Amino acid sequence: MKERLEALRQEALEQLQSVADATSLNDLRVQYLGKKGQLTEILRGMGALSAEERPVIGQVGNDVRAAIEAVITEKQEGFDRAATAHRLQAETIDVTLPGKAVNAGSIHPLNKVAQEIEDIFIGMGYTIAEGPEVETDFFNFEALNLPKNHPARDMQDSFYITDEILLRTHTSPVQIRTMKAMNGQTPVKVICPGKVYRRDDDDATHSFMFNQIEGLVIGPNIRMSDLKGTLLQFVQEMYGPQMQIRLRPSFFPFTEPSAEVDVTCAQCGGEGCRMCKHTGWIEILGCGMVHPKVLEHGGYDPKEVTGFAFGMGVERIALLKYDIDDIRHFYANDTKFLSQFAKM
Amino acid sequence: MNVSYRWLSDYIDLGGISPQELAEMMTRGGIEIDSVPSRNAGVSGVVVGYVKTREKHPDADKLSVCTIDAGTGEDLQIVCGASNIDAGQKVPVAKVGAKLPGGLDIKRAKLRGVESQGMICSARELGINDKLLPKEQQEGILVLPADTEIGRDILEVLALNDSILELDLTPNRSDCLSMIGVAYEVAALTGRPLNLPNPGKGLYPTAELTSDYIKVSISDPELCSLYTARYIKGVKIGPAPQWVQNRLIAAGVRPINNIVDITNYVMLEYGQPLHAFDAAKIAGGRIDVRLAKAGELLVTLDDQQRKLEPHMLVIADAEKAIALAGVMGGANSEVTSDTTDIILESAKFDGGSVRRTSRQLGLRSEASARFEKEVNQAFVREALDRASALIALYAEGLVTEGVAEAKISFPEPVKIELSLGRINGMLGTELSSLEIKTILSRLQFKAEVSGERSWSVTVPSRRGDITRDVDLVEEVARLHGYDEIPTTLIEGLTTTGALTKPQAIRRELRTIMTNAGLQEAVCYSVTSLQRTKLFKELSGETKPIALAMPMSEERSVLRTVLLPSLLEAAAYNLTRKNNDLALLEIGNVYHSDEAVLTRLPQEKPRAALLLSGNRRSASWNRSAEPVDFYDAKGILEKVFERLGLAGRVAYVAAQPVGFHPGRTAAITIHTERGTETIGYVGQLHPELQRDFDLPDTYVAEIELAPVYEYADRHIEYRTLPRYPAMERDIAVVVDRGVAGGALTDAITAAAGELLESVKVFDVYTGDRIGSDKKSVALALVYRHGDRTLTDEEVTEAHARVLAQLEQSFGAELRK
Repeated sequence: MKERLEALRQEALEQLQSVADATSLNDLRVQYLGKKGQLTEILRGMGALSAEERPVIGQVGNDVRAAIEAVITEKQEGFDRAATAHRLQAETIDVTLPGKAVNAGSIHPLNKVAQEIEDIFIGMGYTIAEGPEVETDFFNFEALNLPKNHPARDMQDSFYITDEILLRTHTSPVQIRTMKAMNGQTPVKVICPGKVYRRDDDDATHSFMFNQIEGLVIGPNIRMSDLKGTLLQFVQEMYGPQMQIRLRPSFFPFTEPSAEVDVTCAQCGGEGCRMCKHTGWIEILGCGMVHPKVLEHGGYDPKEVTGFAFGMGVERIALLKYDIDDIRHFYANDTKFLSQFAKM
Repeated sequence: MNVSYRWLSDYIDLGGISPQELAEMMTRGGIEIDSVPSRNAGVSGVVVGYVKTREKHPDADKLSVCTIDAGTGEDLQIVCGASNIDAGQKVPVAKVGAKLPGGLDIKRAKLRGVESQGMICSARELGINDKLLPKEQQEGILVLPADTEIGRDILEVLALNDSILELDLTPNRSDCLSMIGVAYEVAALTGRPLNLPNPGKGLYPTAELTSDYIKVSISDPELCSLYTARYIKGVKIGPAPQWVQNRLIAAGVRPINNIVDITNYVMLEYGQPLHAFDAAKIAGGRIDVRLAKAGELLVTLDDQQRKLEPHMLVIADAEKAIALAGVMGGANSEVTSDTTDIILESAKFDGGSVRRTSRQLGLRSEASARFEKEVNQAFVREALDRASALIALYAEGLVTEGVAEAKISFPEPVKIELSLGRINGMLGTELSSLEIKTILSRLQFKAEVSGERSWSVTVPSRRGDITRDVDLVEEVARLHGYDEIPTTLIEGLTTTGALTKPQAIRRELRTIMTNAGLQEAVCYSVTSLQRTKLFKELSGETKPIALAMPMSEERSVLRTVLLPSLLEAAAYNLTRKNNDLALLEIGNVYHSDEAVLTRLPQEKPRAALLLSGNRRSASWNRSAEPVDFYDAKGILEKVFERLGLAGRVAYVAAQPVGFHPGRTAAITIHTERGTETIGYVGQLHPELQRDFDLPDTYVAEIELAPVYEYADRHIEYRTLPRYPAMERDIAVVVDRGVAGGALTDAITAAAGELLESVKVFDVYTGDRIGSDKKSVALALVYRHGDRTLTDEEVTEAHARVLAQLEQSFGAELRK
């Protein structure tokens, strides 16, 4: 009987060796190990064995079953793997075709740049003050040391609505409103962003409506050197640590001393190029120490406090930052233009 | 102001400083110089020639053959095409080998068979802007004065070897609207001494008294503080000397005749405008400075009749107005070639008055530009004397003894207290007293010590811009150099930067809406009147706010509603073939109930959106999906959900103007003040779609003030459900007019606390239920927070729901 079992093992393993598919494998499993299979058939003859032989032959029978089962399992796994591989092969797609578009919006480049500037100053401890776009002559001009008939009003041809009410020509009136609201308290540390309006004919570099961001700091001991330090910090955070600034004396009715601020030309790094007209510098800001008359109009004693103010055009910063050729693009709202600013 | 480098060197030694270096120095000192063009546009080898003979060309009607003495020893034969060439003239001759602007090289040539050894030049060929030449010299070749030296280099004769500094002056530095003012500035920058003209030099008055010829008076002392005049007899009108003309042209002023040119020359030199009257045309031997009479007429020098207004200041004789003070002379007193005696005026008129008059009449001149910025009264008399002396010299005039003068006031010199502490405290510098004194002396400001480290500084009248100590601080700073100011950090001010709630919410709104696929637009705040009328409810009861002087009708009133701007943007994009649009704008509208503003209007922040075309464009694996109402509403729902407002906001069918009447909802917000409408969402009315050439377009506009006020950023955490929910789906058949929102509201009310959520998941209309009916399928979820629900509880609640639906809407459960 032992010989029969060994022969069965031999025969089964040989047949399993050459089995080619899962169905044939199952047929062999039934043929050898099924309830009516050949192994069962042989072991049915165990009853005729002696008590000594029975466990020995039983053991042999178990060994044969285990050996056959092991091969069948191994074979089965192989067939399963092949079947899976085949199925996955059939499921192959063209991964080079485009994905399903997710509609992405975009923040307007002017607001994007304005937010960037705001965030830098918020990080430096500033808050944001806003004021009306339709202003009184007093806040827009008089309180800023620009009395009626002042020649400097020429610099800012204005849209009047009545003799006393106009579209603000700069965000500076917000400075006066902020000072008045502070009631003589210091420190004042604000930036004032917003739309402003001037009677300019629109062209590639002029727009009758544009955006400004101004800053105002007032305290007991604010110096022009602090202004320089503040602007340097801003410029380096905005454009990179390699940037430098240069102040040139200038004139604004609401500051004295006043300065125009140039930054290192980002295009050429200060070497001189077409963009900076070969000077290495680009003008981006106006600034100065707050004029005593403006402090007085804001409710401060110019003997007790000093302050500095600065202002920049958001369009100009954005034009330079993105190398945009025409300011009118900002207001045409062509989606081919807007969508370019969807990046974070 | 255009400053000739050579002219400037008359007043200050510029040795060792090139025009470019000077420009850089001045720019860094606060006088910005745009560019420094050379007056020589590329001329060499051109000399003065004398036309000895002129013959007609044998073979060409329009050409002349000239014999020229160009000081070369041998006569030159030159063929010339100009019609004004004639024998006896002195002309610019480009010899063989000469170069002219534009890279033109002069070579020996044959013109129609006749040899030509050079070229006779026009002003334009020499690179001179012929608009700046006297009229008679604009045509043909340039004819030079008869006494011009033969053979002399034309660059010397016309002073073309010079550079122009183009000053871009800020309004405060009107002192630099004069050569002398610029010289003072350069002296301060360089520390070099000045060499200014002596105004009385060459002035030898006759024995006759001015007062016998002319008397002057000021009737309006507010607008004229000093009026002076001289009487000059027997002038010979003719061209001014070449050097005067050269300097005027360099400064951009066209030469006219010796009298006008000299007044202009002195104006450029001193910054004091002068005017010459023909004395023969002045009635009554007197001049009065007075206000114009109502309806008074004056023909000005440009031959325009001007209707004067009573606020305008005029110069008048005994009978009539003869000039608009400081703005323009009258034709009735003009100096002409027949003039023999002149009255020369030098005065100080009020800047504001001149500005108002010149603006109102649209007459701006070199003179008015200077008066507007307040001329230096100390120069009034100096300029008068300087011009009189030059007229005596170059127009053979005889100046009578004495000056006719009317003086109202003479300004006191400005004295300012300045301390070292103030300067260093304001600038953050550590300047010494000595450095301050050096700077003040370079400016030629007198400084007297008034205390320890403080001075009383007397400001010369030419610097009218300096009135306070901070002005002196700036002078010190700019001459010390802005680069020398250190870079420091603010000391002792610790502040926290942050956004206010509305600012933070506005940013959040922008983020949510752009994340929802909208592209942010920024549109103009001004629009046409017609545009403000398109959306009545959104514009509210406001009166249009119109600009007094708009640039165009399209930009003449402040917008009262945002949407028309987005419609324009959409229409623009469609013409650019951008068909799928999802736009957003956050901006202000301007409302007022006043027809004429006496107080500031309300500026209301709003957000608007526009959707048009496809939500998704067609792709290889899906077809295009056009946008609909629910896309627009969905974005708003997301906005309100994210801002914590979902519970307060509701949508109610509405028919506002400008919207599709069947596809529009009013957006309401519920607050302790009650329920108010804050905007609309819907399809654009088909008529508006047609007017703007838009396909089906969905829009919304909402008021942001209530959003800012009620937005709730607080997050209330609820523990996750620990007990299972029971879900029941129902489908009910109701009349078509029943709003889905009404059904869910009724269900929520009837079900009680056990209902966790109710959602519409299908709406069916069709034959199977009757044409006036619809079937609404709803998914209800019941849950108890503390225990598992029993079937009985849910059944009971659900029965209440069905009963309520039947009672309120006649709803039938669909099987």
